[in-house]
Amino acid sequence: MTTPVDPSPPGSAGPQGAPEPPPYDPSAALSVRGLWKRFGQKIAVSGVSLDVPRGSFYGLVGPNGAGKTTMLSMATGLLRPDFGTAWVHGVDLWARPDEAKATLGVLPDGVRLFDRLTGRQLLTYAGMLRGMDKATVVERTNDLLQAFDLGADADTFVVDYSAGMTKKIALGSAMIHAPRTLVLDEPFEAVDPVSAANIRDILKDYVSGGGTVIVSSHVMDLVQRMCDHVAVMAAGQVLAAGTVDEVRGEQSLEDRFVDLVGGRQHSEGLSWLRGS
Amino acid sequence: MVARFLTLKLTLMGNTFRKSVWQTIGLVVASLYALSIVALVVVAVVGLGVLQDPAWAGLAITLGGALTVLGWWIIPIFAFGVDATLDPHRFATFAIPRRTLVAGLAVAGLVSVPGIATVLVVLGTSFAWVLEPGTLLVALAGGTLGVATCVIGSRAITTLLAPVLESRRYREVVTLVALVLVVSIGPLIGWLANGVEVSMEAEPESSTGMQLLPVFEQAAGFVGWTPFGAAWALAGSAHDGDWAGLAGRLAVALGTIVLGWLVWDRALARALERPPVGDGGGGRAKGLGAFGRVPFSPTWAVTARTATYWLRDPRYSGSLAIVPLLPVIMYFSGQSTGNYFLLLATGPFVAWILGFSISNDIAYDNTAFALHVASGVDGRADRWGRAIPMLTVGPVVSAATVIASVWVADSWHLTLPLLGLAFGSLLVSTAVACAVSARLVYPVAKPGESPLKSPQGAAVATMVSQGIGFVVTMGLSVPVFAVGIAALVLGGVLWGVATLVVGVLYGVLVLVLAVRFGARVYDRRLPELLQQVQSFP
Repeated sequence: MTTPVDPSPPGSAGPQGAPEPPPYDPSAALSVRGLWKRFGQKIAVSGVSLDVPRGSFYGLVGPNGAGKTTMLSMATGLLRPDFGTAWVHGVDLWARPDEAKATLGVLPDGVRLFDRLTGRQLLTYAGMLRGMDKATVVERTNDLLQAFDLGADADTFVVDYSAGMTKKIALGSAMIHAPRTLVLDEPFEAVDPVSAANIRDILKDYVSGGGTVIVSSHVMDLVQRMCDHVAVMAAGQVLAAGTVDEVRGEQSLEDRFVDLVGGRQHSEGLSWLRGS
Repeated sequence: MVARFLTLKLTLMGNTFRKSVWQTIGLVVASLYALSIVALVVVAVVGLGVLQDPAWAGLAITLGGALTVLGWWIIPIFAFGVDATLDPHRFATFAIPRRTLVAGLAVAGLVSVPGIATVLVVLGTSFAWVLEPGTLLVALAGGTLGVATCVIGSRAITTLLAPVLESRRYREVVTLVALVLVVSIGPLIGWLANGVEVSMEAEPESSTGMQLLPVFEQAAGFVGWTPFGAAWALAGSAHDGDWAGLAGRLAVALGTIVLGWLVWDRALARALERPPVGDGGGGRAKGLGAFGRVPFSPTWAVTARTATYWLRDPRYSGSLAIVPLLPVIMYFSGQSTGNYFLLLATGPFVAWILGFSISNDIAYDNTAFALHVASGVDGRADRWGRAIPMLTVGPVVSAATVIASVWVADSWHLTLPLLGLAFGSLLVSTAVACAVSARLVYPVAKPGESPLKSPQGAAVATMVSQGIGFVVTMGLSVPVFAVGIAALVLGGVLWGVATLVVGVLYGVLVLVLAVRFGARVYDRRLPELLQQVQSFP
């Protein structure tokens, strides 16, 4: 086991002592500067700065508890940061949240849905909340149900959906207003391989049409194949960020990740577990 | 192995202590409360046995014991999900012989506040026979059998019904039935007591105890032969020297336990072989429902969603199911005193309750509220959207209640002022709810949980929030009440019209201002509101 990285830089009493990050990038789809968040005694995110270029397919990877979800929540308006802010297409999210949120589609991890609605009603609800007109909502709802293969279960209550179906309907409600940037926290968790492939195609198509996608994931292989940019997070900090090739160098992304994060055990393992 | 289960249960209990100070305090308070009840019951029954007639104590033990068994058997069906710490499904992957599992679960079932309280009461009350050592021994043996009947029967029933209890539809129906029962228990007892009192007054010669004794004797004689009471009646039979009765009751008691054990064993075998898969079918609804009937805008989206939830989520529909009961309860309490004041107050009271029922709406959303935050729904849309269904249904329900109450009380001249009071209360309490719910959020039963289950450690927050809401509502209602009371006292159509006009106009004014205030607070605190519901236990 490696000891976790000390969340605050040595000799500093907190964010005041942290080095000044460079100014934000107004052309980026998402540009965060100096984000900090503390929950009680635990510093979940300590001084994260990151630029997600427009039109990129950006992967965010990190071990459990690295602060990925906290960081993404602060970058999408779900959680107010202690320090720092985020710019969405050059709009300061925490100063003008309504304007910034209109261009974002968010799939948060670990939240419930309004699951007493049917799949169709939930998508409609998400569209209406964004202030869309009826014809568009109805049309896009049908398209999304079709694309996610939920047509047969459109009239089933979401509470009776399987985990994968729930993920897909949540993804649909994040997309219905055709946002310029999609921020998806663990979008492939519990999704079956066929649906995952379909979702990947939809996202790739979206990116080639000028959209930006940010996904967090544990699955390195998936990120290496799917994303063009990647950031590695651990213990509340960004350890490396850039294009996938820059970050991984000569290695596979998985090996590079393990090198960066540490924590691999090179021992005999569980010798007693070998078959007898 | 049985000891292992006991340790497991104790560890689980210990860990809840470590989780939060408030839960610890809650458990300590519950234990003290249980202990005081135990002491009270034991002292009363032992006193009855030693100082008066042991036969009376026997009656009390038989009837009380039968009620205890009934409670153990029936309450878990309604209070599902309350104690799943030792759900047999969790042991499915371990290679534990079923016999051991059953024994372990049975013993572990006793280790809880109600379990320990039952054991203590049984032990204590047996000493009502302390003057007859032989009977005392029989009483202790009978008590042991009685406790076994409680635990084994309870486990057998819940395990047998588990497949049914796991279906969402059924749980929702059971929840509504339980809510209605819980609400009607108080008035029902009051009504029965009243009836007894009335029949007592008819024959005033004998004292209450003497009069009721034959009834109790008859009841105990019957209950003593049922599975519920047989074990408890053993000592009484020994005291009477009724040896044939003793043998017969022993057979009934033992038979009950063996039967319960077999049922439990079978049900457990089935449960372990067929783990739960959730319900297959699930409900379906056609088309857009409420969403198809409203204009397309964020405000109306929230309206349609809220209206759908009022009908489909038992946590909401439960409170609607209670409303028609209130006038009935008030009617019975009014009938016994011949005073219809309470009945006439029902209309405004129902209106007030309805409005206030949306005062913690965001907590009911739980983390699904994240959709509102991510979409940047603005405060006005959210506040009005949650209020509109209430403002549509509320006036109809409260007007119907008012009209029903004046009809029964035959006080038609009070219709107008009461309507004014009801509409005023509805609007003001809805207004306060709209403002308060953006600021004060406290934990409630989560989506899918029984509305009867209130989260542990939330009592203080609930009381403070509701107290503040109550005080503010009362303060803001003063103008409506002033005119309303004047109308009730002075009478006359003009005052009635005045109450109605003041109630509606003033109520609307307060509502508009409160929504504006609530919306501002909501807009400012949007992420904090989400963080609050995310931090719920």
